[in-house]
Amino acid sequence: MSVVEKTIDQIQAEALGELKKALDKDAVEALSIKYLGRKGIITKFLRNISTLPGHLRPEAGKQANFVKKSLAAAFDEILCCMNSSSTDESDSIDVSMPGRPVKRGGLHPITQIIKTISDIFTRLGFEIVEGPEIETDYYNFEALNIPKDHPARDMQDTFYISDNRVLRTHTSPVQVRVMEKTTPPVRIIAPGKVYRCDSDLTHTPMFHQIEGLVVDKNVTFGDLKGVINTFIHQIFDSGIGLRFRPSFFPFTEPSAEVDILCVICRGKGCRVCSQTGWLEVLGCGMVHPALFENVGYSTSNYSGFAFGMGIERLAMLKYGVDDLRKYFENDLRFLRQF
Amino acid sequence: MKVSLSWLKDYVNVDMDSSALADALTMAGLEVEKISNRYDYLDGVVLSRIKKITPHPNADRLNLCSVDAGDGILQIVCGADNIKEGMLVPLALPGACLSSGYKIKRSKIRGEKSNGMLCSELELGLGLGQKGIMSLDPSLAEGVKLAEALSLSDILFEIDLTPNRSDCLSIIGIAREIAVFGDTKIKYPESFFNNTENSESDGDINSMVSVVVKAPVHCPRYAAMVFENITVSPSPPWIQERLLSIGVKPVNNIVDITNFVMFETGQPLHAFDLNMLNGSRIIVGMAKEGDSFTSLDNKERHLSSDMLMICDAEKPVAIAGIMGGLNSEISENTTRVLLESAYFNPVTIRRTAKTLGLNTESSHRFERGVDPKGTLTALNRAAGLISEIEGGRLVKGVINNSVGTFDPLPVDLSVDYTNTLLGIDLKQSEIENLLTSIEFKVEKNGNQSLLVTPPPFRVDIKRPADLVEEVARLWGYDKIPLTYPPVPLMDNVISTWVEARYRIKKIMAGFGYYEAITYSFIDERASHFFSFHLGDEKRNSIDILNPLTEDQGVMRTSLIPGLLETLHYNISQQEKNISIFEIGKKFIPGDSAQLPEEDEVLTCLQTGIATPSTWNVKGADSDFYDIKGVAEGLFNELRVDCVKELRPVFTRLPDELCTYTRPGYTARILLKGESLGIVGQVASSLLDIYGIKQPVFVLEIDLQKLYPIIPDSVLTSPVSRFPAVTRDVTMIVGINTEAGSILEKINQGDMELVKGVELFDVFQGGEVFTGKKSVSFRITYRSNTGTLEDGVINKMHKKVVRLLLEEFDGALP
Repeated sequence: MSVVEKTIDQIQAEALGELKKALDKDAVEALSIKYLGRKGIITKFLRNISTLPGHLRPEAGKQANFVKKSLAAAFDEILCCMNSSSTDESDSIDVSMPGRPVKRGGLHPITQIIKTISDIFTRLGFEIVEGPEIETDYYNFEALNIPKDHPARDMQDTFYISDNRVLRTHTSPVQVRVMEKTTPPVRIIAPGKVYRCDSDLTHTPMFHQIEGLVVDKNVTFGDLKGVINTFIHQIFDSGIGLRFRPSFFPFTEPSAEVDILCVICRGKGCRVCSQTGWLEVLGCGMVHPALFENVGYSTSNYSGFAFGMGIERLAMLKYGVDDLRKYFENDLRFLRQF
Repeated sequence: MKVSLSWLKDYVNVDMDSSALADALTMAGLEVEKISNRYDYLDGVVLSRIKKITPHPNADRLNLCSVDAGDGILQIVCGADNIKEGMLVPLALPGACLSSGYKIKRSKIRGEKSNGMLCSELELGLGLGQKGIMSLDPSLAEGVKLAEALSLSDILFEIDLTPNRSDCLSIIGIAREIAVFGDTKIKYPESFFNNTENSESDGDINSMVSVVVKAPVHCPRYAAMVFENITVSPSPPWIQERLLSIGVKPVNNIVDITNFVMFETGQPLHAFDLNMLNGSRIIVGMAKEGDSFTSLDNKERHLSSDMLMICDAEKPVAIAGIMGGLNSEISENTTRVLLESAYFNPVTIRRTAKTLGLNTESSHRFERGVDPKGTLTALNRAAGLISEIEGGRLVKGVINNSVGTFDPLPVDLSVDYTNTLLGIDLKQSEIENLLTSIEFKVEKNGNQSLLVTPPPFRVDIKRPADLVEEVARLWGYDKIPLTYPPVPLMDNVISTWVEARYRIKKIMAGFGYYEAITYSFIDERASHFFSFHLGDEKRNSIDILNPLTEDQGVMRTSLIPGLLETLHYNISQQEKNISIFEIGKKFIPGDSAQLPEEDEVLTCLQTGIATPSTWNVKGADSDFYDIKGVAEGLFNELRVDCVKELRPVFTRLPDELCTYTRPGYTARILLKGESLGIVGQVASSLLDIYGIKQPVFVLEIDLQKLYPIIPDSVLTSPVSRFPAVTRDVTMIVGINTEAGSILEKINQGDMELVKGVELFDVFQGGEVFTGKKSVSFRITYRSNTGTLEDGVINKMHKKVVRLLLEEFDGALP
């Protein structure tokens, strides 16, 4: 008779039968050792497989290992049940009572949206730069091709500190400051606070803008469209319709205004979009040659595009806040919602 | 700029519906902001037939009319004397709102019910027309809406013009654009091209008036015509109708024609009563400093020597290009008119209009630049209209003072430049066709370039880039393909400050603080409330010369005022437990040659309950140690406390330096002996000013000093595998000994086995402790190399205790 006296199935059946009769942890642990221990029955069985004829070995080994695993699982399961019932008292708590409060805080929605926008552009390889909020007339206007006594100055109501110092009316001065210090290629965005003397439902005297500038050889209006398209699709959703239409900014030529399909009515026309179906979100264009001349870039070697957008307006469209003044009231009931 | 479809159709065929037209205009760069039907206000006006007229029992001048308005008989009280039985008249029903804004209500007039109002043309905004109630074709049916019955429908477009497109400040300018995308031709009025010299008029203008331009720099062109035998009366209905269609009120035939021509062509005209011009002279020159002048709006204007005036032999009669004077206004008695059509220097007009705060339709156009070659065209048109309506007789000749030719300069446009800038591939001939379509003269300049001469009304075209925009606009922005700039990878880094700022904000939010953003400008008085010390930079603030309101008059030198306002606002909304912070700039005036300093600060305020009391937690009010904990936590999160020498320390701020915080409850945060900020309780005197009645705690950190010490990376030290042992020590020290300095001493002592220390009890009071207090510390000892034996620990602990007793003059209990 071979050492293999019983079949593996018989061993399994016996083990499970004994396990059923085991009453406590100790008994289960003893059984585990009896079958699975170093000198256990299954272990021995496995060792003896080498004595079988070669063609039977693989099948026998497979079966035995399977049984070993299922028995181990059965022992663990029973042990686990015995553990919990033996140590826990049989009482309970009122799980419906509120947990201990955790103090919550949060970032201002404007900070959040600036971060989202900055992340999109840094992924595209843009660098983040900042500039002063009190600017000289030169950087805020002259260098941007807005001479004194030009009607374009009416486009922005300016706060003055002195004849020659203003609260910057846009983030565009950063374009000039960066170009003065850098040779192309330039890829920057410049988020920050800007100021205009205007206050109503859709205007606050202080608000935030993000400016963008790309300058290199052979940068085209098509490139501008590509970058803006990517940005709009990332910040809103990839299905949103947008259009570029001719506009005017003294520091870009050609200039464009970018509209997105109204997020409220999806183009059908509603109060938010004044029945036009479109919402203005951003101004942009190819950098005006006068700017390059002002910073000493060669207009024949380089071209570039710039864009700028109001953050509160984007936030308004994203979060559905129709009164921009809410952003600076800092009502906790408002801030907690972001 | 408002344009009506009806007026546009005088010059161009429009085949599109109004919303398609609006879209096309917008895509051509003339943004249509609003589309409306001009006659929407007539919605509540219906046709009604007068059935019976009886005198009003209580008023001699009023009648009671029974009218049939389609569904039944209504009683209407009416005072007009042209009403007859059987007459078909417009009836404004209750709820209707007339052009003047007057709202019709059901009412009782002298005791009699009136269920609406019978209207005149004037009341309906349909012209000056006949007096009395409007009489309608009696064959029309009762009950029909007036606008429907008279086919009154006209679309009004409100266009937001950009400052460069002054050529579109006219109906013809807009029509010109429509002709381009509608692929049709514009019809200019014939009288544009009349040659007045050869007209059938007689007399001689030069013998009647003389014009001298003394300041040709400010007035390069001045043209005039004279009309005699003028009869001033209302203009014919069609002229009134055109003006009304864009919301301009008709005045009289002469004034209406000047307005008509300005809106039609973009060239402002001015009509003088020639009899009022002293010496029959026009002198164009600068004003005398200090003179005053009464403009047409009956306001006295103070003049300065940089303002261009139109004068007669004696006195100013108009502010050039802006507004006429009361002294030469067209009136019922006017019989002779001098009509002016000039080209003024845009800058001159702009400055004067700004100084006087007087923005008129005329100045708006001159500032942006009118067609310098359009002065005579507009005069011809006006002459044609005056003769058409038989308003007067043109005197032969025209005055035409002119300096310079104003021929637009040709611009050389390279085909390659155009295509490269736009990212498209147009042929030379395609570009040529596009530009020709908007009346630009184009000549081929070799194979690769075009010589382009813009028409004189396109004063905005100066450079090749300007032409590229025209090409792009006409080709269609939407047809330019999307591409990406082929820029190389670059060694971009995110500015450490941008990153650090965001990190700090995240940490603060994690500590349970909400971020606020308050205005950078505050009330000037705020800095007085703070009673900053003499010499404190925060005392001086930067004034805004033109603030919106007084409480936004200066740039902030501290974030506290804005945040206290925020606290007050929230408390008034019953939000009394507040933890907020803001990171922003304060503005300190510097050397006037430089820009002011803009320093970034973090300011946090906490007030109300720190821990709300619930079923399982004992609540607690905010106190000093809450906000101090925030400061410590922040330094710890930023790892600025890793390096011993850079660890910020807190020491009591001397009472005399506590200007806006409570003395004794304020600590200075020092970094290597220099102030990094403060933490403390806000002075109650300051809270009183902001109407806050609960304690507020503040933390201010100068981020300019904090950012540079935030480590880029952290070096870890090994973690001990051996057990820790704690030993307590209680010592009696002087009441003024700072527990913090004892902690500091234990932490900074060169004892490698001391791994931590905790202050777990402080006791003062009781007779034993007069002038003294007891402080208890728990010190943790642990070795990296082995389990500490009792003997070693005891020896070490004894050494520590001895050191502390010596250093702080303490005693064991």
